[in-house]
Amino acid sequence: MPADAASAPTATPTWRHPEFRRGARDMVGIALGIAAWGLVTGVAMVKSGLEVPLAVLMSLVVYAGSAQLAALPLIASGAPVWVVWAAAFCVNLRFVIFSVQWRPYFVHLPFWARLRVGYFTADLNYVLFMRRFPDPTPAPEQLPYFWGGVAANWGAWQAASLTGIALAELVPTHWGIGFAGVIALLGVTYSLINDRVSWVAAGVAACAAVAAYALPLRLNIVVAIAAAVAIALVIDHLPRPRGRSRP
Amino acid sequence: MSDWETVLTIVGLGLITVLTRAFFFLPRSELPMPGWLREGLRYAPLAALAAVVAPEVVMTQGELIDTWRDARLFAVAAATAYYFWRRDILGTIVCGTAVMLALRLGLGW
Repeated sequence: MPADAASAPTATPTWRHPEFRRGARDMVGIALGIAAWGLVTGVAMVKSGLEVPLAVLMSLVVYAGSAQLAALPLIASGAPVWVVWAAAFCVNLRFVIFSVQWRPYFVHLPFWARLRVGYFTADLNYVLFMRRFPDPTPAPEQLPYFWGGVAANWGAWQAASLTGIALAELVPTHWGIGFAGVIALLGVTYSLINDRVSWVAAGVAACAAVAAYALPLRLNIVVAIAAAVAIALVIDHLPRPRGRSRP
Repeated sequence: MSDWETVLTIVGLGLITVLTRAFFFLPRSELPMPGWLREGLRYAPLAALAAVVAPEVVMTQGELIDTWRDARLFAVAAATAYYFWRRDILGTIVCGTAVMLALRLGLGW
């Protein structure tokens, strides 16, 4: 093992680092939405016919809401195992795109640390981390911030998901509680919009996702990311108009 | 599917979680990537979020909604107004969800 991979003994544990608290605090602001979504996913697991111990196992092991929701009907209908896995892989394709951006921050870590970090890089951890550290160079405060966000996201998600499993018959899903999760994401979306190009990118992604909705396995999201990135690149590289006339 | 098969499926799904999330930083070898792509990916978080949110707001069962009497539209309008007024996400969630529940439970939208 290379010398740099051995982690030096640190004076304070990660969870005492001020950035850990900041990461957790940023995530706690949207934990209500995460919890609403986790609750709905927990209920959906049991309602799909999964036995309670298996639902608990799924929640704790898989930790990927949209992949779980895609896998449930396939498991219930007795689809071959590889079909379930292939479906989950497709649903998770957005994470493959995100991992390109994670790379400069994490690639210097030892293998097992990369694996451990990778498991917990859920959507909102990605979004908040990139908002906090837009410059892709490793810095010592990044991991504490990351783990703080993970603690809050994982905690809120699992607590809500397990509650949903336990109270599946009591949760009034027809109220549309899961929509609180959508509104949470909407708020985070707005917090990322800071100029005209990002407005356009968000609009393009939204339209593309709706237009391509008929694609299976949430591939519309991959299409939307590709479309938005392409349009934003084009706009960024257009020659600047000289002396724009305003009425 | 037997219970053991389901357990195997679930464990495999867990592996897929970690493999897809760590896909491009698990291997250490150099990753050749053009600069423009690296630059463009700045917009990926925003695009992914917008792509998840939009269909949840304007579609039902895979179809565009054809009525304005949908609690979600008013919830999103309220949440949007609140966000740009206060820039606070927790308040945005509470405000939007309250409007949605009021319309859904009160008016059956």
